[in-house]
Amino acid sequence: MAGRAWRAGLGAMGYTAMGYTLPASVRQNPRTNREPVRPPCHPNGDQYLTVFETLSDRLRRTLDGLTGRGRVSEADVEAALREIRLSLLEADVNFRVVKDFIGRIRERAIGAEILGSLTAGQQVVKIVHEELIALLSAGDRAFRLHGNPAVIAMVGLQGSGKTTSAAKLARLIVRQGRRPLLVAADPYRPAAADQLETLGRGLDIPVHRAPAGTSVVDIARGGIDAARRLTRDTVIIDTAGRLSVDEGLMAEIAALNAAVAPVETLLVVDAMAGQEAVGVAEAFAAAVPVTGLVLTKIDGDARGGAALSISAVTGLPVKFLGTGEKTDALEAFHPDRLAGRILGMGDILTLVERAQEVVDTTQAAKLEEKLRKAQFTLEDFLEQLQQVQKMGPLGQLMGMIPGMGGMAREAEAAVDRGDLRRIEAIIRSMTTRERRDPTILTAARRRRIATGSGTTLPDVNRLVKQFSEMQKVMKQFAGAGRHGGAAAMLGRR
Amino acid sequence: MAPLFDWLRRPESTLVDPAGGDASLHEPGDELPAQDGHPADSPASDAEPGAADEAEPEAAEPEAAEPDAAEPEAVVSEAGSAGLDAGLQRTRGGFMTRLRGLFAAADDVPDWDDIEDTLIAGDIGAVLASDVVRRARARRDPGDAEGAVRAELAALLAPRAHPWAPRRAGAGLPAVVLVVGVNGTGKTTTIGKLAARAAADGQVVLLAAADTFRAAAVDQLRIWAERASADVVAHAPGADPGAVVYDALDAAVARGVDLVIADTAGRLHTKANLMDELGKIRRIIDKRLPGTEPETLFVLDATTGQNGLAQAKAFHDAVGLTGIVLTKLDSTAKGGIVFAIEASLGIPVQFVGVGEQVGDLLPFDPDAFVEALFA
Repeated sequence: MAGRAWRAGLGAMGYTAMGYTLPASVRQNPRTNREPVRPPCHPNGDQYLTVFETLSDRLRRTLDGLTGRGRVSEADVEAALREIRLSLLEADVNFRVVKDFIGRIRERAIGAEILGSLTAGQQVVKIVHEELIALLSAGDRAFRLHGNPAVIAMVGLQGSGKTTSAAKLARLIVRQGRRPLLVAADPYRPAAADQLETLGRGLDIPVHRAPAGTSVVDIARGGIDAARRLTRDTVIIDTAGRLSVDEGLMAEIAALNAAVAPVETLLVVDAMAGQEAVGVAEAFAAAVPVTGLVLTKIDGDARGGAALSISAVTGLPVKFLGTGEKTDALEAFHPDRLAGRILGMGDILTLVERAQEVVDTTQAAKLEEKLRKAQFTLEDFLEQLQQVQKMGPLGQLMGMIPGMGGMAREAEAAVDRGDLRRIEAIIRSMTTRERRDPTILTAARRRRIATGSGTTLPDVNRLVKQFSEMQKVMKQFAGAGRHGGAAAMLGRR
Repeated sequence: MAPLFDWLRRPESTLVDPAGGDASLHEPGDELPAQDGHPADSPASDAEPGAADEAEPEAAEPEAAEPDAAEPEAVVSEAGSAGLDAGLQRTRGGFMTRLRGLFAAADDVPDWDDIEDTLIAGDIGAVLASDVVRRARARRDPGDAEGAVRAELAALLAPRAHPWAPRRAGAGLPAVVLVVGVNGTGKTTTIGKLAARAAADGQVVLLAAADTFRAAAVDQLRIWAERASADVVAHAPGADPGAVVYDALDAAVARGVDLVIADTAGRLHTKANLMDELGKIRRIIDKRLPGTEPETLFVLDATTGQNGLAQAKAFHDAVGLTGIVLTKLDSTAKGGIVFAIEASLGIPVQFVGVGEQVGDLLPFDPDAFVEALFA
């Protein structure tokens, strides 16, 4: 495991440690003719900066402060608790849940567990981590499909991502060997059925839809009949978005539930949802037997505190995470991993899983050897680049590595801007000899490479410089011994 | 304004204990009858008779949600504050009951911690809520906690011009509105309502279907365009959205259109390439209609929490926002993040979305908004 994590860590480190991002001036849209208005009217505008810090950053900063200091007093703990409270509230965790949470942490922290201890910081991290996992571990996360066909219903507010999630779920269970059928049971939003049909066509999964005026219950029943006819073993019903206070529409899903008795009723929740998410979830759970949550848009920078609150208050488990716009961006939910990610402890398990899927082990062993002997060349770097790209979006990968959470956003931006492709192009424009020994790169060679790769001379220079710096670091690691080096790369522990 | 909010002032028979205030979150429906009686006395009663009828069915009968339930002409109804009231009604329910409970219970010493919690529960944000409360407490008249908090909240809102009217690039040239936001906030629906509104004013409207990514987004826009009798310029799925906008502007100039509204694909504000794409669309507008100042409306879901500020900031940096449309205000959510956005970015909310019907888009009235929260 250490070896694997090390390799994965290296791959990711390569790109960000090299800091290969465009200068800030390029990021701004220079042609926007309206100057962004700076917060003039608010007295403490700079406090808003903290809002953009993630919960993970905040907790880490607070708790790192505690770690560095050795013995802690009750006042230290209170200060940390205040920070944790603020972070959780800014992450949209419901204020009542926050109160309970802080109360529990205080009790455990002050109750002899850490006071006077030399490893107080670590202890608090451990307590917070455990409590976060406890909150996120609510309910039974198993996704059980039985019945023929097994019926799944997607419910939620407008715009939470039901239709997209339905398609993603269909794709996921196809990979598990099932044969799903999608049912477009949203007769209200214009073109909702068209959207599902388009998504279904892309996945080669049949979509059942009914003419306008068909009741939702009839659409669903028709879908189940169609599934039997087409020998489909799973039916995923995409319902219309509805407000939890819309009695008529809430009665409609209750009727739908009564008519087709889904084995799984998934409430789709936007990761950006605010304090009201709990009330909404309670209302849906009161109307239909919700079995779990799908937390969508988690690929943004919202911390998804709403999901934490819903699980804590209703006991409903998060079953899936929507992590992107494409239909393959749906993942099973692991509370320990999300808790770890929130705390900045990384998500090595997911990373290892992904790495196992794509990494060629003999190739990896060769690479490890090279690294140990500090013989890593640009050629190997290119290979690594391609392998890591196979593993998924770089920003997501970075977020999984302990201590690198903060770099995730930058890495994602770098990928979005095609920085990786540029690096690839530059390396590909080099001769084999140049790749193995960048020291021979004269000005003329660099100019040729810039032209050949469609980049500029400064781009090439930057890559070469950063690579040589990286090699220096690697030589140090080689000297420090394999495991020490891996640990140093993976974080501050 | 006074009679409009009278119903809120009536003595509360069930004052909610702020600690166990949960129940109040779901009771707003109880107050409907009291509210229904009022539109007739309200300043908005000079609107067409259709207006009041239009507002009712949604609350009363579920069938009203059918797409064709709203007549296009309903758009002209300046349901105004009566409609806003109806829309805010649910928003207000739990929030106000709680606040009123707090203020009433504490005649001498208001429980500021509970007030702060109430503001936080309204998604105003922990930092801002404690700020507002701190400054309200520092006021000279500590007795009137309600007035102090209300005044502090009102002070956060940015100034806005009324009525909202996008400017034309020049004589004979169209005005341009660019609509942006994250996924699922209601951009296309808002555009449908805006188009219907402008069409009802006698303007010729053209919609640019620049959401070329989401499946069937163009179909959805076409259906709204039909309701508003507007034309649509669309390309094939996956086409360059900038090209769609350019063609739409070309067509608009050629046909002498008054207003072009561009729909864009929902995008998370953290996706740098997609934000750059928006910047490009913006540049294309500047290039095709030099000197134009497009209205760039940011569509924000009222159920959004603190992330709304990060969203607004990123979109503002990318395209320069001029206004906000706060949608889904007919939900139980309070939309309190708007205070933080207006305070820190100075971008005013121009419209609120209060339903799925074509007429459910109302001008945002800041006084009424704050007043309604604290009536």
